[in-house]
Parts: sequence; structure tokens; C-alpha cells
Amino acid sequence: MTSKLVGIESSLAVSEAVKLANVDVIAAYPITPQTHIVESLAEMVANGDLDAEYIPVESEHSAMSACLGSSAVGARTFTSTASQGLILMHEVLLVAASLRLPIVMAVANRALSGPLNIWGDHSDAMITRDSGWIQIFVENGQQAFDQTLCAFRIAEHKDVLLPTIINIDGFHISHVIEPIYFLDQQTVNEFLPPYKHPYALDPDTPVTIGCFAGPNLYTESMKALDSALRESKKVILETWQKFGEITGRQYKPVEKYKTENADTILITMGSYSENAMMTIDKMQSEGKKVGLVRLRLWRPFPYEEIVEAISGVKNVIVLDRAISLGGPAPVCSEIRAALYATEKKPQIVSIVGGLGGRDISPADFITIVELGIEKIKSGKTEETIMFGVRE
Amino acid sequence: MNNPPENDQLSIAKYLRQDRLPHIWCAACGIGPALNCFLRAIDKSGLNPDKMSVVSGIGCSGRVAGYVKLDSFHTTHGRAIPFATGLRLANPELKAVVFSGDGDLVAIGGNHLIHAARRNIDMTVICINNFNYGMTGGQVGPTAPYDVRTSTTPYGNFESAFNLPLLLFASGASYIARWTVVHLHQLENTIVEALLKPGFSFVEVISPCPAVYGRMNKEPDGLDSLKNYVKRSIIKNGADPRETEITQNGPIVVGKFVDIIRPTLQENLAKVAAKAKKPSTK
Ligand code: SF4
Repeated sequence: MTSKLVGIESSLAVSEAVKLANVDVIAAYPITPQTHIVESLAEMVANGDLDAEYIPVESEHSAMSACLGSSAVGARTFTSTASQGLILMHEVLLVAASLRLPIVMAVANRALSGPLNIWGDHSDAMITRDSGWIQIFVENGQQAFDQTLCAFRIAEHKDVLLPTIINIDGFHISHVIEPIYFLDQQTVNEFLPPYKHPYALDPDTPVTIGCFAGPNLYTESMKALDSALRESKKVILETWQKFGEITGRQYKPVEKYKTENADTILITMGSYSENAMMTIDKMQSEGKKVGLVRLRLWRPFPYEEIVEAISGVKNVIVLDRAISLGGPAPVCSEIRAALYATEKKPQIVSIVGGLGGRDISPADFITIVELGIEKIKSGKTEETIMFGVRE
Repeated sequence: MNNPPENDQLSIAKYLRQDRLPHIWCAACGIGPALNCFLRAIDKSGLNPDKMSVVSGIGCSGRVAGYVKLDSFHTTHGRAIPFATGLRLANPELKAVVFSGDGDLVAIGGNHLIHAARRNIDMTVICINNFNYGMTGGQVGPTAPYDVRTSTTPYGNFESAFNLPLLLFASGASYIARWTVVHLHQLENTIVEALLKPGFSFVEVISPCPAVYGRMNKEPDGLDSLKNYVKRSIIKNGADPRETEITQNGPIVVGKFVDIIRPTLQENLAKVAAKAKKPSTK
């Protein structure tokens, strides 16, 4: 394998991965902060660097609909969106999963209206949680590049056949220029076999997809889809294992950072994990027993791994970058549920922060950990803390 | 735009939210002059500004709803017309003006545009047409003429564009006009007429986007586009909408194309409601 270090904007690195994956169809609609990804792909197609169809549709709903069509005939299909665009796709997103169409989509995560806000948080991914898509979170441009390639292999595996989202924090990752290792075409070709959908629409062997299912079939379809999504974890693990062998970059559904000896663990997801790591380094150097757990795989939810990572510790502080209005914050809620049946349950505190692009600095993370520990001491762990809110 | 003097009642200052200025538009963008015409037209129309609401969608033109000191609603992408439909029907006293861009009104919201015209709902739509999605960096949209360059069609657009007056005519609009931002007097007077016209009125404003569309199509300065409009425009009131297609370098036919009387949605609704009304039992 040859691997080249390039200084490049993360969005363009995602496009490079899509090009290396040699996609057949891209259908997309412009929306901030995703636009650079599809703009650069449009340019590659126009320049003849990528032999693909680029469909400039009239809305995100049409983008996902076009992706359904192209994926159903067996074309490797990619799109990218964010925020309002993702939620406008919703009707079709669920159909993509139920039709088992392995579309790959990069989502440059951004807040949802209203109020209108173009900056980053995880509201769009969270509201898409139950759509049947595999969802992976990344923390920097390198991971965005790597996971885009992995996503095609995972999604298109014959035992998976499920659409896959790579969540790339809007601006904090999408617009940052970083040194990123690219893979060469041959390595990618070996890692990513050509896509062949076993039930693609083909006039020689006609099939009907998307048909009606009454009460006698709907439950079974849902069970089948749910099982497929849960079982996809096996292929996800295999894919990351293989990718690690090739590149030396290891990915796991739940990644631990200096958790040995920690009695307090902070849990983060996405780009803020890097700030959190700096904080953990600092706090540990001051003798504090804190560690970090980063959640990479959001769907299917990695129950066993999260239990393994945190059961037995005293305090767990979960930072969500999305709010579930009127209910518990989404990531924390999953973690509480995962831990409920275990014997050595930690005390869990939910913190919501970083909404609509508000920064959380390494210094803020120290405050977050301190606030969390204080909350646990006060015994009021059922209350969610809104971090940094001006009241 | 420099902040206009606040006490100058003849100016448009009273219609602007001074605290929101300066605006975000690029130098030499056409949205400012078009907004200026609209605000002057409010005065000229004699309509009560307190009974006027401005609804915008998303995009550079969509910012208008935030800048005007009238009841205003900055909606989601493409949905300005349905929002305005709801407010117009629920509060018939309010005049509804939709001020938005081509990407918003014709692409993602295109379905609403044709249905509002078909219903002939009493509403005025001012559509800034700069042939691309300016705010997100100049991607191709359904108003981009064949072969123009955009950030997603770097070697030329391979699709053809909507001819908006024809689309609106076929859909049933009562009033259809088009001007460029060099035709400021005509544009202002047209907006006055459109505001006073019962039924669905549509004003297309051809407008430079020097920052992206212009830069990619040899008009990097707003002035280049204005000169180009002067050269290419042909004033032809009453032109057949089939002759108003805009191509990359061809003529831009401007004027008032359609001004007809057709029952409005509100009138028809009242008629049917009267038929359906049972005599009161009280
Ligand atoms: S991007 Fe284009 S349309 Fe938007 S403000 Fe700038 S010049 Fe005007």
C-alpha cells in the first residue's frame, strides 16, 4: 500500500474517498455546511476524473429519491446533506433502509430550525436515529476519509445491505484543513470489491420492490430490518479490522481514552472528543482520576461495548450535542438503558451542550466534569444540565 | 447599504429594521435595489403597511423578511408560499407578499408556486432570479440557462431552465411581469400594480449575483451584469409568455406580460361557503 499525506479540507477528503470508491451516481442538493463535498464531486465528474452521473436535483427529497432509484438498479450511490436537508429527506430515508439499498451519505451535522441556525450540533443525526440507517460518527478529517471508504464496504456487504450515514460535524470537521493520509486506488480496489446488489432491478430477472405489506406482513418486515441492522455490527467490526490491517488506523464502536484507573468517565461523540482528550490529559496530569469514552457507532447501538467500557466506574458524564425536547438527551438515554440491567451501575449525569455551533473549549470540559461530579454528589442525577445556558 | 437617516419619512428608512443592518448582501448584489423598489412601492400603493406581511424562504433573498419592519416571517426552505397561504386565509385583512429567490421559489418550493397560481390566491410574489443558488456558493438550479457555468456545472449547464412567465401563465396567475434591476422605475411601478391586483401576482426580478454567478459567467462586477442587462433587455409589454425564455446570451424580454381578471381563491371560497351554509337554527 502507498499512502500519501495531503493537507486538505475534510469535505474535499470525503469527496476524494467517494472518488476512490468509484461511485456510479451522486444526487445532491446544496446546503451549508455540506456543499463543498458535492461541489467538488460535481467538478470531478465534469472534469472526467470520476466516471459517474451527477444529478443536480431540485430538493433533498428528490436527491434521496434519485438515490433510491440508482441504488435499486445496482449502482454505487452517494449523497451528502445536513440539517433541514436531512429532515426533508426523511420520508425517503426510511424507505431506503426498508428496501435494503446500500446508499452512502455524508452528513455535515448542523442544528435544526427554528431558530434558523447553520452551525453544528447533532440534532439532525439524532432525529434520524430510528430510520434504519447505520450511523457512524467521526472526530476529524482523517476519520471522515477512512469511514467514507469503510461505509461503502459495510453498506454493500451481502449480509448487511443497509444505507449508511457518516456523521461529520458541520464546520468543526467539514471546513477544517488537516493533514490527511490518502490511500492509493489499488489499495481501495482491493478493500472495496465492486458492488453487486443480489436483487437489483434488472429486466432479465424482474423483481418488484417497495410493495404493499398489510398487517399480516408489516411486523415481519420490521423484524427483519431490525435484525439486519443489529447484525450489521459483525460486518462493521470485520470491516474496521480489515481497514486497520491495511492502514494501521484502528476503529472500534466504542473507543476508550485513558480510562484505566478512572473513577469518572466522560462520554462524547464526534469532533468534541478531541477537545475532551486534551482535557483528560490535563486533568490526569493533575492527579484527577478521569477518563474518556468516545462513541463511534451510533446505530446499531453497541450495547455490549458500552457496558464493557463503563460498568464498574463510579461516575459517568454524558455530553449530548442535541436536545430531546421534553425528554432525556438521546445519547445519555441509550447509555442509561444499556446499563440498567448491569450489576455495577455507575451514577450517570446527562449534560447537553454545544448546540447550534456554540463552542466547548478544553477549559469548558473541565467545568463539565466538575459540574457532573457535583450533580452526582447532590443526588439529583435525574436532571439534565444545559451547559453554558444564559438564563 | 449605509444606514438611511431614521427621521427621513420620504425614504424607506421607516420600513427597515435598523438594528439588523448592515445587511449580509455582497457589494453590487441586485437584491438591495429590488428591496428598495418594493419598499417604495408600499408607499406608492397607498396600502396600510400595518396590514402587510412579508414572507421569505431561505437564501440570500430570504433575508428580506428579517430586514423589513413589517410583520414578517422567515420560513423554511421553499415553504414561503404555503406559509403565506395559511396566513392570508386565516387573516384575510393581511396583505401577503412573498419576497424570495429563484432557488427557493422555483426549485425546492416549485410545487407550491404553481399551485398558488392555479388557485389564484390573492398574494404577491416577488421572485429575485439570479440563475443560481447564491448563498450556498453558486450551484446550478432550475432557472440556470443551458450552458451557463455554475459551481456544479463547471463546463456548462446541461439542463434547460424554466421560462418563469410561461410557467406562471400556464398555472393561472392573474398578473405576471418581469424587470431587471436596471429598470428601477418600471419595477417600482409594477410592484405597485401587483400589490393592488386582486389574485395571484408574480414579479420576476432579474438580478446580478456578482459574487458567484457573475464570477463564473464573465460578469465578476455587478456593473458588468447591469451593462449586460441594458444591452440585452427588450421592453415588450403584453409579450406572449412563450417568447420570454432567457438564454445564456440572448435577449431578456421585460415588461408586463399578463394582467387578467380571474376569480380569486378567496372569492370562490366565499361563493362555495355561502352555498354550503345552513340557515342558522339559533
Ligand atoms: S451570493 Fe449572490 S445573491 Fe447572494 S448576496 Fe452575494 S451577490 Fe447577492
